[in-house]
Amino acid sequence: MDAGEALLLLLLIPAGAALAILLLPSQYKNAVRVIALLATLATFIDSIYIFALYDYQEGGLQFALRYVWLENVAFLRENGISLHLAVDGIAAPLVLLNGIVAFTGALVSWKIDYRNKHFFILFLFLVAGVFGVYIAQDLFFWFFAYELAVLPMYLLIVIWGSTNKEYGAMKLMMVLVGGSVLIFIGIFAVFIEAGLGTFDLPALGQVEFDAGFSKTFFPFFMIGCGVLAGLWPFHTWSPDGHVAAPTAVSMLHAGVLMKLGAFGIVRLGIELLPAGTEFWMPVLLVLGAIAAIYGAFSALHQHDLKFVIGYSSVSHMGFVLMGLGTMNTIGVNGAVLQMFSHGVMTALFFAMVGAVYDQAHTRDIHAFGGIIRKMPLFVIFFGIAGLASLGLPGLSGFVAEFHIFVGAFDAFPLFAAIGVLSAAVTAVYILRLMGRAALGPFNAKWESLRDLRPYEALAGATLIAGIVAMGVWPAPFVDRISVSVNELPQVEQIGSPVDKLPGTID
Amino acid sequence: MDFEYELVVPEFVMAGLATLIVAVALCFPRLRQELLGYGAAAAVLLLLVLTAVFYINVNDDFANIIAVDNYTVLFRIFFLGIAFFTILASMQFAADRLKNHGEYYGLILFATLGMMLMAGARELITAYIALELLSFSLYILVGFNKLNPFSNEASLKYMLLGAFSSALFLYGLSMIYGVTGTTTYGPIDPDGVEAARNIATQLGNFGAAIPDPALPAAADVRPGLIIGLVLVVAGLGFKVSAVPFHQWTPDAYQGAPLPITAFLSAGGKAAAFALFLRLFAEAFMPASAEWVWLVAIVAAGTMIVGNLMALQQTNMKRLLAYSSIAQVGYLLVGIVALHADTLANSHDAASALVLHLVGYVATNIAVFAALIAFYNRTGRDDIADLRGLAERQPFLALTISVGLFSLAGMPLFAGFVTKFILFQAAADSGFLWLAAMGVTASFVSLYYYLMVIKQIYLYKPADTAASRLHVPAPMTAAIAVLTAAVFFIGLYPTPLFKAIEHSTAMLFPGA
Repeated sequence: MDAGEALLLLLLIPAGAALAILLLPSQYKNAVRVIALLATLATFIDSIYIFALYDYQEGGLQFALRYVWLENVAFLRENGISLHLAVDGIAAPLVLLNGIVAFTGALVSWKIDYRNKHFFILFLFLVAGVFGVYIAQDLFFWFFAYELAVLPMYLLIVIWGSTNKEYGAMKLMMVLVGGSVLIFIGIFAVFIEAGLGTFDLPALGQVEFDAGFSKTFFPFFMIGCGVLAGLWPFHTWSPDGHVAAPTAVSMLHAGVLMKLGAFGIVRLGIELLPAGTEFWMPVLLVLGAIAAIYGAFSALHQHDLKFVIGYSSVSHMGFVLMGLGTMNTIGVNGAVLQMFSHGVMTALFFAMVGAVYDQAHTRDIHAFGGIIRKMPLFVIFFGIAGLASLGLPGLSGFVAEFHIFVGAFDAFPLFAAIGVLSAAVTAVYILRLMGRAALGPFNAKWESLRDLRPYEALAGATLIAGIVAMGVWPAPFVDRISVSVNELPQVEQIGSPVDKLPGTID
Repeated sequence: MDFEYELVVPEFVMAGLATLIVAVALCFPRLRQELLGYGAAAAVLLLLVLTAVFYINVNDDFANIIAVDNYTVLFRIFFLGIAFFTILASMQFAADRLKNHGEYYGLILFATLGMMLMAGARELITAYIALELLSFSLYILVGFNKLNPFSNEASLKYMLLGAFSSALFLYGLSMIYGVTGTTTYGPIDPDGVEAARNIATQLGNFGAAIPDPALPAAADVRPGLIIGLVLVVAGLGFKVSAVPFHQWTPDAYQGAPLPITAFLSAGGKAAAFALFLRLFAEAFMPASAEWVWLVAIVAAGTMIVGNLMALQQTNMKRLLAYSSIAQVGYLLVGIVALHADTLANSHDAASALVLHLVGYVATNIAVFAALIAFYNRTGRDDIADLRGLAERQPFLALTISVGLFSLAGMPLFAGFVTKFILFQAAADSGFLWLAAMGVTASFVSLYYYLMVIKQIYLYKPADTAASRLHVPAPMTAAIAVLTAAVFFIGLYPTPLFKAIEHSTAMLFPGA
């Protein structure tokens, strides 16, 4: 049951593949592609295995594995720093998410030709870093992986990116690393205050931190990690970064990297500092609601496809932060569901935008028109992503947002209303975009457009499978997530959404 | 008294070797010059291996003059390693651009001898003399390219300021002597014979709750002691190039022959910190409350100024000069953290400091070696000259990027782990604010490192005719070993950190 090696493989496969590619002469471009694709496919299968075998009746940390790295030296005591890997019910779906997005990202990167060796090395390190954040149960390695996931972003954007890439890459890098300065300080403080001489997260989770300490240092984690999650007003790096990044990097960036921030708030904030959580969560909820509505209205004004999706990501991540801010089981459940949902959906968006940009060399909505004639498959895929984004029942977005709104109405009805409003605005900009670009009179300029290439279609179909699976059968996700959410301290237990409907008898 | 003279054999051998190599070059002027370099490198490597094999866990302190304990031996190995890689990296450079190879290698060996003695010295005058041996060798080496006006200017500037700082240091030492009446650091004696008078014991009343009437009263000697400490910190501050005593650094780095710049930034700093740490941990610990704020302010200033000044550099050597100033700031945080509630915390801080020092030196030599290889082919050292290096020489591009990311403290590389441990140790000693300042400063540093990496990877070579650069095999091997070391420390520092902790335990016999 507890086959922790499956988790270790999530790190070793990308790292090993990166090393293999490094040793390959750079003219073997196809070999590079094949190795990268096989590696991400292997991690994808591995992530399905982990997700499927996570026992939601038992809950807690599973697949645990520990290699001691440094102990009984200097300020470190037993298990001081150890490579402690395990997943809980919150991390399991996110591991699956990263598996899907990494695999599809490698698929759509097949066409990259310029220095593709370097591209895939950095890409694989990014993938390994993201897996590391989800599965590390040691504060040191958690942060190690967190930084490792940010490290390749600069080069990936600056070399293979487009629009305003030098600016976008530097801004992204400096804002994210600036955020990790706060996390750094928070980690030092937690380590000293706990006085256990270990960075082991479960052990630190047992410590009852002083309320004053908790309240002082919770913002360090909330803002430090929140920056990566597009927390308003520190979100501006995100649209710029999305627009500048190459397709696969945008997919990973919006699809999984931003989730690391929200995940960090759960791992470091809620789990370690409950008293601070209780104190600061309303602030997070308000900031999340602002991000949701602000992102939605900003998206309404954009006419670059990637900017629309970039701001839409800010808006959707706002929902995630709102969900966390409710601090009740349904809301937090919804937040994690939304992380998964937004991850696959936005990856699909970016994959599709990449497919059209490569041919058209523009992403201006007004430049297109009626391209459904030339790219029917593209429009269908893009449309499904759009419908998931605006929360159509039967697709993943509905399940997630429904949970969040029910939770939010229970906690802060006013802000829940703002959230619902921004979901409505989402519908406006998505449908407007579809109408302008995909439907309407055909612009003869686009006579030469070809539909999706097979590998792009495969990537899209894989992502859609994720969207639909969660939309029609959310139970496997909810089961796993809720068991761990219920274990979080300070989360208010409220029953199923049905209990909250008017007219139900308690 | 019975001394185990065999314990200082490496120092004697080093002195003999340095003299020999000058003599050989003088007596056999027709000797092929690169043989001198290979000879020196081989001898240093042999000495390194012998030291590592025969000198672990030995102990003698030669009447409180030079301690040969694990701390000294660790630094001996470390310094010999630095000398080995410096000589290896110098070979091609010296052949192309320098004359008088015998003196060149001889002076590097003399400097290394000075470094080894600095780590071992546990008496003020010996420490001073060892420091001067290093400094004098470096003054000449910096100006070794004597036909180059920059090299001359750098040497003159370095020598004048260096002499001035030595005077400050010496004056500080005389004040300390005046207060305590002794030049011996501390009471530790491996033979169990306690030194009759020593600085640590004489300062005993500073930390003590109940004053000892036999020792000088803290209130009486405080003014003299503080003046002495300020001068010592200023003198050592010059040597490690801490702000505000850093002004000579960029000029000396820029003017010096490139391998000597590498040696300055690695060896010179490492040796100064070896002395700094032993002096402050063994001798001045009881009065740590008197100097901690002074060092803390210098550390904070060094981190801030070093990083901010580095932002606007266009020359690679100057950039690395300011970056090394910033690194000195981080290392000084380790000195500050010696002031802690318990001796165990002080010991942790010392271990963390040495770990960061080793990581920094390995990284810096790797970067410099790659730059030397680049300079040998192109004769250029501006940041803009690195444009398109990824296409002309992917291996050097990778090494420089790895090194710069490591200096910025990114994971996978040495810098992340060593900084993490160093700042955690500082926070443990109660200096969370200084640790916070350190991580913020290193966040700023990422910007200028990224600007260099951008030149390397983003752009095409400026000169379209520029072809692939050739790097000779020994140089490639040296760079590969150093890069591997940067990764190794970054991924598995366990054995190194344990060894360091074991060695620094010598400075804290009570812990």
